[in-house]
Amino acid sequence: MADVVVGQASVTRSTGVRKRSSLRNAVKHKSTVAFLMTLPLIVLIAVLVLYPAVYSLHLATLSKSMTKFVGLGNFQFLFKRETFWLVVEQSCIFAITAVIFKALIGFIVAHFVHNIPAKGQRKWRGMLLVPWVIPPAMSTLAWLWLFDPSYSAFNYTLSFLNIGPVPWLGEASWARFSVILVNIWIGAPFFMIMYLAALKSVPDQLYEAAAIDGANWWQRIWYVTLPMMRNIIAITTLFSLIVTFANFDIVRILTAGGPLDQTHIFATWAFKVGIEGSDIPLGASVSLFMFPILAIAAIFILRDINKRGNEA
Amino acid sequence: MSRKTLTRRQFVAATAMSSTALIAAPYVRGAYAAGKLSIGFWDHWVPGANKASTDLVNEWAAKEKVEVSIDYITSQGNKNLVTIAAEAQAKSGHDILAMPTWWPHANANYIEPVNDIMDSIIKENGAVNDTVKYLGQANGKWLGIPACIGSQIKGPCSRIDLMKKFANIDVQAMYPAGGPPKADNWTLDTFLKAAEACHKGGNPFGIGLGMTSDSVDSAGAFFSAFGADLVNAKGDVTVKNDNVRQALEFYKKLIPLLPPDVAAWDDASNNKWLVSGKGAMIMNPPSAWAVAKRDAPQVAEQCWTHGFPAGPKGRFAPYLPYFWTTWNFSKNKEAAKSLLVHLSKPSSIEKCVVASGGYDLPAFEKLTTLKVWAEEGPPKGTLFHYPNPYNHQKLSIAASPAPPKIAQQIYAQGTLTKMALKYAQGEKMEDVLAWAEGECEGFMRS
Repeated sequence: MADVVVGQASVTRSTGVRKRSSLRNAVKHKSTVAFLMTLPLIVLIAVLVLYPAVYSLHLATLSKSMTKFVGLGNFQFLFKRETFWLVVEQSCIFAITAVIFKALIGFIVAHFVHNIPAKGQRKWRGMLLVPWVIPPAMSTLAWLWLFDPSYSAFNYTLSFLNIGPVPWLGEASWARFSVILVNIWIGAPFFMIMYLAALKSVPDQLYEAAAIDGANWWQRIWYVTLPMMRNIIAITTLFSLIVTFANFDIVRILTAGGPLDQTHIFATWAFKVGIEGSDIPLGASVSLFMFPILAIAAIFILRDINKRGNEA
Repeated sequence: MSRKTLTRRQFVAATAMSSTALIAAPYVRGAYAAGKLSIGFWDHWVPGANKASTDLVNEWAAKEKVEVSIDYITSQGNKNLVTIAAEAQAKSGHDILAMPTWWPHANANYIEPVNDIMDSIIKENGAVNDTVKYLGQANGKWLGIPACIGSQIKGPCSRIDLMKKFANIDVQAMYPAGGPPKADNWTLDTFLKAAEACHKGGNPFGIGLGMTSDSVDSAGAFFSAFGADLVNAKGDVTVKNDNVRQALEFYKKLIPLLPPDVAAWDDASNNKWLVSGKGAMIMNPPSAWAVAKRDAPQVAEQCWTHGFPAGPKGRFAPYLPYFWTTWNFSKNKEAAKSLLVHLSKPSSIEKCVVASGGYDLPAFEKLTTLKVWAEEGPPKGTLFHYPNPYNHQKLSIAASPAPPKIAQQIYAQGTLTKMALKYAQGEKMEDVLAWAEGECEGFMRS
């Protein structure tokens, strides 16, 4: 509306001042101002996100010695490597399992917290957020000590029950379990807080209407809660999937990809190949492999959200 | 007021004279006249050891009028490797940068050769061992100066009491302080028997089988003792040979005698194993002993660092040298080289070794008998054989003699420890060899 008013006003002015007034108009124009205000952020993203992304794309097309262009040669090489497919498989297991459990635990805990009387709710919310708030490198170090191969606090406790010792990080399946467990521990509070916000925005009238219609507990969740939370669930899942696929610190600190490469995920293997193996182009190719897949997933999920938004 | 005109001849003469004066006249310098120099040293584990290098640099800087800045870059979390990669990409960074083992070769295209100073350093300090030549030279050019700071041998550090009690081996008699080793019987067979005895006694040897440096280095020395090369010096894959099979058979016997979780060990695990008092032997430089001196003195008093057991193809010890390198895009190469010469003087090297409590190892043959190793204790003489004073064992690095760029991949991917684990966990020998052959073929890319 304001744009139109500004536009009408400018027509009445004489041609002599048209040039000056057009500059003034441009400044007054809401979208121009908005652009100028977001410019610092755009520059920041261009420098810190766009440039590294384009540069890593460029790196992925170079030979190991970085002296010649090999196109998709690095990807062709990777597709023939047994370890690469092991990493793809493990990354999928790691990310999908962790996201499912984070979402499930977040959903259940959000309901519990939602049902706590408002007076005591704040302290529960705060406490439950602690794993997500602590820097992951620090909390993962604490987990490393709990899982420590020789001095595990868990094994010490289990020994009183005549259980163990469990090779938390020394045996492939246990090591996978351990890294996923820590990822869930760190990430579940994020789902919890997002779902809690969504739950609070569901109008009580809908539940009242459902109760009048005789809906039971499960039907209320299935027909009222879940449809109302659909968008937030989709966005949270997408966001978490991307972040979990790109995870580095948890695996790096707990197992560094071992034993026998059985816990490597894209980022840790890219580091191993690129930095420790001095093959930066191959490392860049490993880290870029998931980009198109996640980008397509993001487009579909976001398109679905848009559609539902428009329907609403 | 008269005005004198300058003829062309006078101008040329004056210019020539002033140029000659500038070049040949006594060097009159103000503070920092020789420019700036930035240095990236490895951040030492040993508390206070960085001070020795700082003092040496400052002493040189005051004399040469150079403004210096030093960054101590930790190898925790491979921060130093990330820094090396970043500086190589940016073509900008420290004028002198400490690079471990494989990194001079990996960055050979960006490194300034230092033959001009290395020859005189060798003349003064004695020849360097073959591993230093293998890692520090490319096409006859020296890529860096062997740095004593951070260089180390990861030989056995044994518990005197436990080895005597369970294996009936007197490590002090085998490697006496002040005298040559009497270790002809210290072979891989004796080592296995001792490992079994200590395992039965409840104090197993702590030798990692993870993918970090300590585990890979130990495996490298054991494989070398059998002559088990995955790739030869020409770059041919030679995985399927009897020497490799023998090395895997050896590991299959050894692994059940180690703690059950060695597949998950990192470079701190073996240190903790020794310091806790649980282990009868680990493969490590004296850092574990130094920590024990502080945290568990009763353990430290029983520690003795000595040579590796010999195999059918000889006695090999894991050796990891650091190099001080200069980028070819460095802004002050001359000052950098001058400082490297200063740091490589015998007196400078001795200062660093003393400050590190004997941890740092010079690569030069005339500097392996410094007093500090004979005097460090308790027990006195525990480090006497650490620098290999009698050349009793060949210093080597895992995956050698493969060309360094291939060997680096074998090392970084922990191919040797993975082979040992796969075979010990029940995979068939030929399947393990086929897997390793495939891996090595993948490492050939250039």
